[in-house]
Amino acid sequence: MTAPTTLDDTGDDAAAPAPDAAPDLLTVENLRVWFGTTEVVKGISFTARPGRCLAIVGESGSGKSVTARTLVGLTGANSRMSAERIDLAGVDLTRQSDRSWRSIRGRDIGFVLQDALVSLDQLRRVGDEVAEPLRLHGWGNKRRRAERAVELLDAVGVPEPELRARQRPYELSGGLRQRALIASAIALDPKLVIADEPTTALDVTVQAQVLDLLAASKTRGTSIILISHDLSVVARLADEVAVMRRGEIVEFGTAHQVLHAPTHDYTQHLLDAIPSEHTRGTRLLRPPEGTTEGPRTRRPVDRDRPVVQARNVSKVFRGPDKINRTVVDDVSFDLYAGETLGIVGESGSGKTTTARITLALLEATSGDVLLHGQPWSDIPTAASRPLRKQIGIIYQDPLSSFDPRWPVGRILSDALATGSRPPSSKAEAQERAIRLLEQVGLSDKHLTTAPLRLSGGQRQRVAIARALAPEPGIIVCDEPVSALDVSVQAQVLDLLTELQDDLGVSYLFISHDLGVIHHVSDRILVMKSGKIIEQGDADDVFQQPQHPYTQRLLTALPQLAQA
Amino acid sequence: MVIAAASLTFLAQLLMPGDRATALMNVQTGQQKRWTAAELAPVNKEFGFDRPLPVQYLHYLGGLFRGDLGTSYTQHRPVTQVIGGQLAPTLILTLGALVTAWVLAVAITVLTVKRTRAVSALGSTWEALTASLPNYWVGVVLLVVFAVKLPLFPVIGGSNAWGTVLPLATLAIPLAGFLGQVTRDELEKVLDQPFVTTARTRGMSDTAVRLRHALRHAVLPAITLSGWALGALVSGAIITENIFARPGIGQVLVTAVNTRDVPTVSGIVLVVAVAYVVANLLVDVAYALVDPRLRGRS
Repeated sequence: MTAPTTLDDTGDDAAAPAPDAAPDLLTVENLRVWFGTTEVVKGISFTARPGRCLAIVGESGSGKSVTARTLVGLTGANSRMSAERIDLAGVDLTRQSDRSWRSIRGRDIGFVLQDALVSLDQLRRVGDEVAEPLRLHGWGNKRRRAERAVELLDAVGVPEPELRARQRPYELSGGLRQRALIASAIALDPKLVIADEPTTALDVTVQAQVLDLLAASKTRGTSIILISHDLSVVARLADEVAVMRRGEIVEFGTAHQVLHAPTHDYTQHLLDAIPSEHTRGTRLLRPPEGTTEGPRTRRPVDRDRPVVQARNVSKVFRGPDKINRTVVDDVSFDLYAGETLGIVGESGSGKTTTARITLALLEATSGDVLLHGQPWSDIPTAASRPLRKQIGIIYQDPLSSFDPRWPVGRILSDALATGSRPPSSKAEAQERAIRLLEQVGLSDKHLTTAPLRLSGGQRQRVAIARALAPEPGIIVCDEPVSALDVSVQAQVLDLLTELQDDLGVSYLFISHDLGVIHHVSDRILVMKSGKIIEQGDADDVFQQPQHPYTQRLLTALPQLAQA
Repeated sequence: MVIAAASLTFLAQLLMPGDRATALMNVQTGQQKRWTAAELAPVNKEFGFDRPLPVQYLHYLGGLFRGDLGTSYTQHRPVTQVIGGQLAPTLILTLGALVTAWVLAVAITVLTVKRTRAVSALGSTWEALTASLPNYWVGVVLLVVFAVKLPLFPVIGGSNAWGTVLPLATLAIPLAGFLGQVTRDELEKVLDQPFVTTARTRGMSDTAVRLRHALRHAVLPAITLSGWALGALVSGAIITENIFARPGIGQVLVTAVNTRDVPTVSGIVLVVAVAYVVANLLVDVAYALVDPRLRGRS
């Protein structure tokens, strides 16, 4: 995994192509975009060249997706744009009529959106979706287009393309859908392909395949603009990287330079925030100015005191087709006091089902779970209810787990009331809610805020505060940072680690993200098809993976080469 | 469901105040008096009122399965004949209204959703306004304006095509408003979906995206409501047929209710129940055609 090295220019000057490089395909100069009166893109310039990939990286709200859409003239309602120059192979994109835009989109510029489940029309056949650009641009007749769609699906590595073309997007896996979406974007062999977060929501092995597909297209001479929040994804494909923050490009250069010798603080900050094996046992973010932090002393794990013991847990679901599927297959593990046990696996590996059984929210088909050595998962609901306060949960999307009409204060006092020490008065509830908020880095001014008005990171902090309210010894974290920007993710991971050191809670930490898992976990379980295929100390599993599947996961993991 | 409706109407006949034979004699003779047992006996025999209730009930149900809805008290003809002759105009009216309402609703939403603020506001105002209009009001206004003031259409409709226009509009306009409101909400949501953006990035025009992609998603809730709407249309048709003096089961029903012709009323209730069941069946079929995700699920 090394960054490309055959670069001619230094990437310092975006507008001027190096003399011996291929001529620029796309030149953008001083692009500005407004929504209403808010300027969201503030005068950016960049170029894209044939056979190269330009990555635009940034966190949510940086203006990267707006930029991508502006390049195809689909900025959105209530928007306004201006640019000194947007030139695509001699065509001035700043002055196109609606009709001429339609002949450019799909033919000269292909566009791949993220999450093909919602980016493909669910009600139409995959083949029709893939062939749609052909139809719109008058390519061939109906029969030829159908044949071409199958060829395209085959070309992007979709197995059984004839069958897939007749199916509908929801019948395909995430990876196949994303391939179909790419097949549609490259159907007319456009000179420029813009991919907006093409691998978000995909498992790492699938992510790697999709990136390889785009790389193959690049090799054939297509120019690619890759929009991503994920620097490690970018490292795999990009030749040049532009880092965007709040509508501006703060750093631009070759991929190697930006990822390994960044000159801008923000780029460095983004790189630092990526959790990986190298960040284990350290804070991801520098402590705030003015606070001094001594060397971190991790609270030791008490190996004599298992708080959760899962013994030969299996779960069988009976599908609508009357076929039994074993989703969790003979899973056993111990979670000790003060420990973080990471469960990693791709979608469908049984991670979340294991978590739900651990929480006694789902009954195991066989096997059981002990809580502090006592029966827990297989006792009647009434008997388990008093024990429930000892185990908390944090979800990926806290918003849907909050009552949207309750302010934060009420969410917390509701959770406090279920604990072992319910507050005796309203005043006490309020006071303890404030203390919880302070513990997670919020303040009393958030008490009256509705969750909808909080940012993603703040919501997850409230979810953590709520999980902490009944003072549990164990918290199950189900993909707690997967929906967050990398720097917010870093804050939340730092917070979870601090809380563990302060309170001695144990985490059962579920994630598909190997970097996150390696960063937080003391021990790791690797799950595949419901089975634990490998477990051990985090470093052992990552450095000497025994099982071929773990080895495959680790190779697929996009990572920044160590400079 | 049809058997339940049949049982209910049978029960309703029993629960009607007064003796059924007495009521029948009153209707037939136009007198209001107490009849002697001897006078009532032939009536009781003709309609089987003298037999035990369970036997009457089974006989009634058995008749239903043979397509026998009983005999009209007033016309002394089988109810099936009484209704049968009038069913076609009502079916034409209700189905025609449903189709017209759909065409109106789809056209208005596709043309006005997410356009300029003024156009969108015009569309949604029209829908809110028409959806809240009662049929009888629309009917009377249309009648006065287009048949009396401007004699474009006949006042007494009849069941020919020209006479069907105003009754059809009476039923279709409020329903179009209602279906339009539902479709508008959905279309607004669908047009924000990423697959719409994808289609645009392939070079599709805004209108084509609406027609080829978004509409199919947006009509789903309105299809579900159409089953219910068909039921509402039947009750609307009764009012409309009266306003425009148009033949149909609405007219038959009003007459039958006025003359307390219970078998005819029961028969119509049953026909409506059957129509309702068939309508909901058709809705399920239509839903599966539009949304293939539902196929193969039980």
